[in-house]
Amino acid sequence: MADGRVRQEIIEKLTRAFAPEILDVIDESHLHAGHSGARPEGETHFRVKIVSGNFDELTLVARHRLVNDTLADELSGPVHALAIEAKPAGG
Amino acid sequence: MNSTIHQLIDNEVKSTDTVLFMKGTPQFPQCGFSGQVIQILDYLGASYKGVNVLENDELREGIKSFSQWPTIPQLYVKGEFVGGCDIIREMFQTGELKNLFDEKDIALEHA
Repeated sequence: MADGRVRQEIIEKLTRAFAPEILDVIDESHLHAGHSGARPEGETHFRVKIVSGNFDELTLVARHRLVNDTLADELSGPVHALAIEAKPAGG
Repeated sequence: MNSTIHQLIDNEVKSTDTVLFMKGTPQFPQCGFSGQVIQILDYLGASYKGVNVLENDELREGIKSFSQWPTIPQLYVKGEFVGGCDIIREMFQTGELKNLFDEKDIALEHA
C-alpha cells in the first residue's frame, strides 16, 4: 500500500470513466490519523478534484453520484472517505 | 431486513423537516465531516434532527442503500436527499442551501 496502489486505481478508473480535463487525486489520510476510519498503512481518505465534460448540465448530486458509482469498489473496501470536487468542463 | 430499516428511514425523513444522518450527535459529532455540516446548519439557524448512525449498524448500512449514497453524513430536507458534506458546503458557499430552505418553507432563525 505504501506505493499508493489505491490512489493509482482511483486515477485509472476516473480517467477511463470521465476522460477528465483536470484530475487530481490527493491522499489526505495523514490528516485523519487516529480517526475511526484511519488505518496505519494509510490510503483511507482521499480528495478528488475532477473537471470533465461528462458533468455538463448535471446537478451537484448527480455528479457526485457518478464519481461514487465509479469508485463503488474502493468505497466499500479500503477507502473510508472521499471528498469530491466535480466541475463541468463547459464554462 | 432491508425493507424494514428502509421503512424506518422513510418514516423518519417524511415526519421531520430536516434530518441529518451523522456520526455522533449534534453536540458531540464523532467525525469531522458530520461536524462540518452541523456547523453550517447551526450557522444558518436551521432546526434539524441529528440521527446517530453509530448507534445502529443496520441503520448505518441501511441509510447508504436507501439513499444510494456511500458515505455519511447525509442531509434530508422534507423527505428529499440533499447531499453529503461536500455538497452541503458548496451549496452553503453559493447560497443555494439557504435558497433550498426558503423554497421548502423552512424557517431559519438567523435569516
